[in-house]
Amino acid sequence: MAHGSHAVKRYKGILDWLTTVDHKKIGILYLLAGGFFFLIGGLEAILIRIQLWKPMNDFVSPDTFNELITMHGTTMIFLGVMPVIFGLMNCIVPLQIGARDVAFPFVNALGFWTFFFGGLLLNISWLTGHVPDAGWTSYVPLASTTFSNGPGVDYYVLGLQISGIGSLLGGINFLVTIINMRAPGMSFMRMPMFTWATFVTSLLILLAFPALTVGLVALMFDRLFGGNFFDPSAGGNIMLWEHIFWIFGHPEVYILILPAFGIISEVVTTFSRKRLFGYSSMVFATVLIGFLGFMVWAHHMFTSGLGPVANALFSIATMLIAVPTGIKVFNWLFTMWGGSIKFTSPMLFAIGFIPTFVMGGVTGVMLAAAPADYQYHDSYFVVGHFHYTIVGGLVSGLFAGVHYWWPKIFGRKLNETLGKLTFWFFIIGFHLTFFVQHFLGLTGMQRRIYTYLDGMGFNEMNLISTIGAITMGVGVIFFLINVIVTSAKPRTATNDPWEDGRTLEWAISSPAPEYNFAQLPLIRGYDCYWKEKMEGNREMQPAEPLGPIHMPSPSILPFIMSVGLFIAGFGFIYHQHIVAAAGLAVTLICMMLRSVIEDHGYHIEPEEIQAKGVKA
Amino acid sequence: MPPAAPRMATVNTEEAGLMGVLKNRWLQWLRLTSLLAGAAMLLSACGRADLSPLNPQGEVAKEQLNIMKISISIMTLVVVVVFTLAIYVVIRYRRRPGNDGIPVQVEGNHKLEIIWTVIPLILLVILGVPTVQTVFGQAKDYSKDEDAILVNVTAHQYWWKFEYPQEGIVTAQELVVPKNSTIVIEAKTADVLHSFWVPALAGKIDTNPAGNINRMYIKTPDKTGIFLGKCAELCGPAHALMDFKVKVVDEESYANWISAMKAPAKLPEDPAIAEVFEKKCLSCHAVGDKGVPVYPDLTGIGDRETVAGILVNTDNPKYKHEGTVYDNLYRWIKNPQEVKPGNLMPTVELTEEELQGIARYLADYKLHYESEELRNNDATSDKEER
Amino acid sequence: MSGHSHAEGVLPHEPEKATLEGRNKVLGFWLFLGGETVLFGTLFSVFIALRDQVNGGPTANELFSLPVVAAATLILLTSSLTSVFAIQAMHRNQTKATVNWLVVTVLLGLAFLGLEIYEFVEYAHHGHTFAASAFSTSFYSLVGFHGGHVAFGILWISLLIWQVLRRGITLHTAPKVYVAGLYWHFIDVVWVFIFSVVYLMGKVG
Repeated sequence: MAHGSHAVKRYKGILDWLTTVDHKKIGILYLLAGGFFFLIGGLEAILIRIQLWKPMNDFVSPDTFNELITMHGTTMIFLGVMPVIFGLMNCIVPLQIGARDVAFPFVNALGFWTFFFGGLLLNISWLTGHVPDAGWTSYVPLASTTFSNGPGVDYYVLGLQISGIGSLLGGINFLVTIINMRAPGMSFMRMPMFTWATFVTSLLILLAFPALTVGLVALMFDRLFGGNFFDPSAGGNIMLWEHIFWIFGHPEVYILILPAFGIISEVVTTFSRKRLFGYSSMVFATVLIGFLGFMVWAHHMFTSGLGPVANALFSIATMLIAVPTGIKVFNWLFTMWGGSIKFTSPMLFAIGFIPTFVMGGVTGVMLAAAPADYQYHDSYFVVGHFHYTIVGGLVSGLFAGVHYWWPKIFGRKLNETLGKLTFWFFIIGFHLTFFVQHFLGLTGMQRRIYTYLDGMGFNEMNLISTIGAITMGVGVIFFLINVIVTSAKPRTATNDPWEDGRTLEWAISSPAPEYNFAQLPLIRGYDCYWKEKMEGNREMQPAEPLGPIHMPSPSILPFIMSVGLFIAGFGFIYHQHIVAAAGLAVTLICMMLRSVIEDHGYHIEPEEIQAKGVKA
Repeated sequence: MPPAAPRMATVNTEEAGLMGVLKNRWLQWLRLTSLLAGAAMLLSACGRADLSPLNPQGEVAKEQLNIMKISISIMTLVVVVVFTLAIYVVIRYRRRPGNDGIPVQVEGNHKLEIIWTVIPLILLVILGVPTVQTVFGQAKDYSKDEDAILVNVTAHQYWWKFEYPQEGIVTAQELVVPKNSTIVIEAKTADVLHSFWVPALAGKIDTNPAGNINRMYIKTPDKTGIFLGKCAELCGPAHALMDFKVKVVDEESYANWISAMKAPAKLPEDPAIAEVFEKKCLSCHAVGDKGVPVYPDLTGIGDRETVAGILVNTDNPKYKHEGTVYDNLYRWIKNPQEVKPGNLMPTVELTEEELQGIARYLADYKLHYESEELRNNDATSDKEER
Repeated sequence: MSGHSHAEGVLPHEPEKATLEGRNKVLGFWLFLGGETVLFGTLFSVFIALRDQVNGGPTANELFSLPVVAAATLILLTSSLTSVFAIQAMHRNQTKATVNWLVVTVLLGLAFLGLEIYEFVEYAHHGHTFAASAFSTSFYSLVGFHGGHVAFGILWISLLIWQVLRRGITLHTAPKVYVAGLYWHFIDVVWVFIFSVVYLMGKVG
């Protein structure tokens, strides 16, 4: 096969990371950046809990408190957990489906950098002293210029807008990758559950994020250009914001939780040495949850005056989500049933996940009952509920996934003792923090209050909650120590370090070579690697002869494009429209360059592949 | 606090037809399930009777608690099943040392999968039917009911205005209503979103800008009492401090209160204080027929339970936010931002004598509307509380 | 899956789908248009919710002049057709015809944009400015977003014309031209909805 020998561009050091289009490196960047923002959000959480540990505390001012809750929520959801999810997807999904790369490596890098600079823009608000303070939901009119003058909320609007581009690009990229780039024999119904979850999540991102984009654009137009979308005095309607926000916002929570479901399915099967119980119903449940996720947004608005018909319909629709979720929970339990369960740290997180998430799920059904929600709404009951799903559920799932795939991503296994310490501190701290919050809500404490009066019966539970938060913090510190300790060790992880790997990623070296598979593997069934192992094969059968492998060239353009957007964001926030236009121009020129410069990438020759001694 | 209110008749006999029959059936269910829920509730305190949704005093809140009980019962069942299964599986099927066998690779089991699809569906029907009934029940519009008392609630950063259109009176921070009555709340906001929440009596409703007026109703209990109200929607720095009170009084006191509110304003007796008060306070506030009704109405402020909604008036102060009505007024007027950060009340320039004079005048501005019965009740409940 | 078969000089019938990169691009673009549909759908919902809130300013009925809008519609629909001709020419491997039809498409797009700008300036003279009312804000946002898409499409297709002139129709340029065609059809379809929902419905009530 004839091919021109293009010059191989390879950068070293920091430039390598800034220009990389390798999904595995981008995945690591996502994990690092997500971890960084997660720590910031966690610190904000600890400050919130310190303020609330006793009644009428004055540790932070009311203004600072509102900034803390706003930034905590926004940071955790958009900049903490979503990037970690994207990191795992990037590192693992191509390996699970037998692809050499993602469909759009350049776009993938662009997605990371826009997310990163969007997040940076949002968090720079702490340094400028103008911090968003209207809550992560930024309900108008509080978030309008009349009541939030100054650039605070603009940081929220533009930071999220820019990082939202990244999510949308990532979603499209994974959809195309999964549809077009599966290895021979990897039919849809042979895909691992994590890949399925990625697929459905990406679809939700594609259909939900544009709504947020419009909402943020509208808020931006109102705040910066005198628009009237949400200004009642000029005919605007504040309910529009609530609807748009939650039409995005509710699918968003399934965007978050579905990947965790996927991770749990992988971890539970591996460490039970058993095939996933009811695989097809698991797939069905995932799709159904994704679908129903779009039908229930107004349950966030039961008290906003939608009327009894809407409230009744959205109550019932919301309750229905419990059914596919229940299917998943029982399938996990019956996967373990009759299995051979090994208590590794990822498995501990997965086992902790199941009952914890069920508790978050049942309070969700309780919240779905609209008349009862007239009491729960905006109380600490809600705070308890969504932290059970997002922290006890999602973050546990992410910890499980990170511990599980760490050797595949970095070539080193995390220390098991430290991993187990992380788990116990985290899970005990978690339940201490959030279980009592349900009862705070049920006895009349509303959410987002910077303090509460003495003698209301809230003191003890708040103290317990704060102690729990600090315990969770200790758990996270154990994890950080684990990461540092492990990084100092040599890369000794084998292909299948847990020895019970079932899916394709465990068939190749840890970490995977830059081309992932020297020869694309032939997939002969569900749990393809397990199947080969059970038939006595030590590796996958190749589906093609060894040949030169085409690789995309690295590029600095995604980084520069995102810097352009970052500059434009600043320009908009401080009403310097020339700066904004200049930033946008940088981005646009990079887009043109990308279109005009033909870059065919380069090839890795079979000799080089064989010299490395790596065989697929 | 007084012991829980006498049981209200939960079955509304006026309700006829299919819905009524259905409701009865669900109530039977409810009695069964509430046994389970009751056990769960005992584990935790039910909170203050004037504040806690778990300790409801009004009919609306009781209906809401019923839904909570059904859902908590069902959900406790689910949690128990899952926990039991999880614990059993984890213990029974742990990998024992030396056991390196490969378990049977089970693909699934249709019968089991159908069971855990159908049972949740049944449970959801059990919860869904009373939910829908209560949603429609609580959406009932009493505003045309002649016996109902209409109150227009307008939320402000960070105070509440209560207007009684049938009586033509306006008050702030304290909603005075007679016992055994239906109160129709029509809520809106003058600025940002707030949410009107009286946990012990009824749920909450968001206050949207005019044009999106929301309605809810409260059924007051058949006894007197003071119930805490809160703002439940983030509305700015002092969101936490935007409390109000619902004061349920007997019919005689209510009638007295209405006429006292309509009576001409009583200005400070000291002419110097009166002048300062008119110049510096009545430019924003009103008493009776005097002043500008833009900010909270001060008529009878000496009677209220709180100053600024958050400083609790009591002769036996126990906490930082408690004090005598005079001390509270003094503290509030002297430095409103210290009490309620971000509120719109400026620090008015007053000499020490003027400040004391105004605080004294306002502290003594009482409407003396309470009946004998109410005063006795208050005295006993005060004793029980301390 | 190699992108090098053109080295043999034979271009397949549908060059845009001949390589994996091309297929990825086309599928990815379809998905992107799915996201765009949600975006415009949300903008339409917002417009419908706010279109009667004129805040004392001119109403849709007083403002809109159907002949101008009908002309714009005709122009944009025609440009969609010429973009189809361009893709057909590309499938026949006729570089020159492809370029010519793309140029016509761009010119029609410019004409449309000119009419739209003229229309907006007229409206502004009647007090229908961006900040006048909720109706005006949502109108300019929806129609302006579409206009922005047209402007971006003109820039993009111009850039592609230059590339096709330089390199001819190859396995690399073909998918680009093809997805630009998809994009152009999409903004055309959006315009049909704008014409119906904003202008026709504005006129009748």
